Amino acid sequence: MAEGVKPRVKAPKSAAAGEVVVLKTLISHQMESGQRKDKAGNKIPRSIINRFTCEFNGKSVIDVTMESAISTNPYFEFEATIPETGDLKFTWYDDDGSVYEETKSVKVG
Amino acid sequence: MNFKPMTAIAALLLSVPTFAAADADDDVLIVNGETELVTKAPAPAHLDGALDEVMSGWHFRADETQALEMDDFDNPGMLAVEAAAEVWNTVDGSEGKSCASCHDGVEQSMKGVRAVYPKWNDAAQQVRTMEAQINDCRENRMGAKAWKYDGGDITDMVALISLQSRGMPVNVAIDGPVQATWEQGKELYYARTGQLDLSCANCHEQNYGNMIRADHLSQGQTNGFPAYRLKNAKLNSVHARFKGCVRDTRAETYKPGSPEFVALELYVASRGNGLSVAAPSVRN
Repeated sequence: MAEGVKPRVKAPKSAAAGEVVVLKTLISHQMESGQRKDKAGNKIPRSIINRFTCEFNGKSVIDVTMESAISTNPYFEFEATIPETGDLKFTWYDDDGSVYEETKSVKVG
Repeated sequence: MNFKPMTAIAALLLSVPTFAAADADDDVLIVNGETELVTKAPAPAHLDGALDEVMSGWHFRADETQALEMDDFDNPGMLAVEAAAEVWNTVDGSEGKSCASCHDGVEQSMKGVRAVYPKWNDAAQQVRTMEAQINDCRENRMGAKAWKYDGGDITDMVALISLQSRGMPVNVAIDGPVQATWEQGKELYYARTGQLDLSCANCHEQNYGNMIRADHLSQGQTNGFPAYRLKNAKLNSVHARFKGCVRDTRAETYKPGSPEFVALELYVASRGNGLSVAAPSVRN
């Protein structure tokens, strides 16, 4: 597992039915591109978050594929319509097979 | 004719601050929608004749960069602060102590510290920067190895400590025992160096608000340091920034932590007396 990886999410705790809310997510991650070489000239292997998804009550909100040019600590800000009370589930997939998850509940009414 | 919408659009365009001009804007820095920071203040008395108003570097940045500093979630510098908060509670060195062993919670014990640094240390009979003070603690109280003066560990820790003073006015002393050092710093500020023959004042006092190639010159205030720079994706210390500036005049630079840079830091900090501590800030 890569070091110092920590997912963070900023989401409202409550919303009106059908309201469009702003979601902010960030995961601290070194995002080693695989293009760099160490001092001895050996290639440093790629180690990035390659996929990020957000689901609301099991329904896909966003599904992102990341490539090696994405910056360190990838940050995503997007909007979602909240039709009812439920859980937002955020998932990050690491090159090394690790999966990081975060869940936020949003209450309607 | 849809005259009215056109007028509305024109009015809207006028009200949007333009950053094509390099001048400082009039935006207001409110962090997390609650803490308003002082980013413009009347210049301290010792700047009589040099500047009327002192301004945080925040005003010279584009709206998108400014926005990053207005919300702690968006501010990438806060990641470093979080990392340092863990280090604060981590035991290191032969004495089996962490920062918290002596200082308890950083929120209370370090409140207001950043606002008055660099400051005189009576026991050491010298002006101490926060970095010097941290390393003194590490070596003499914790029995740990000193951190590299402008390395990541220490800069993150300075950011954590500085954050506890966010919103408090910078208020470094310039008289009493520090006066000689302060004078030395002033001398350095106005001394031209390097093949380009530039002093700090040539850019940051006489030409702030103008373009330097593709960038905007600020007043070079240090109230926002350590600053997260988008160009290198990490927190940058005051001395690392000094080094970059002096190098850009094509001079041999002083070393981070050297007496010259300590004096310069004290002087430059005093030029920002009255501005809010705004660390960790975001710059390009």
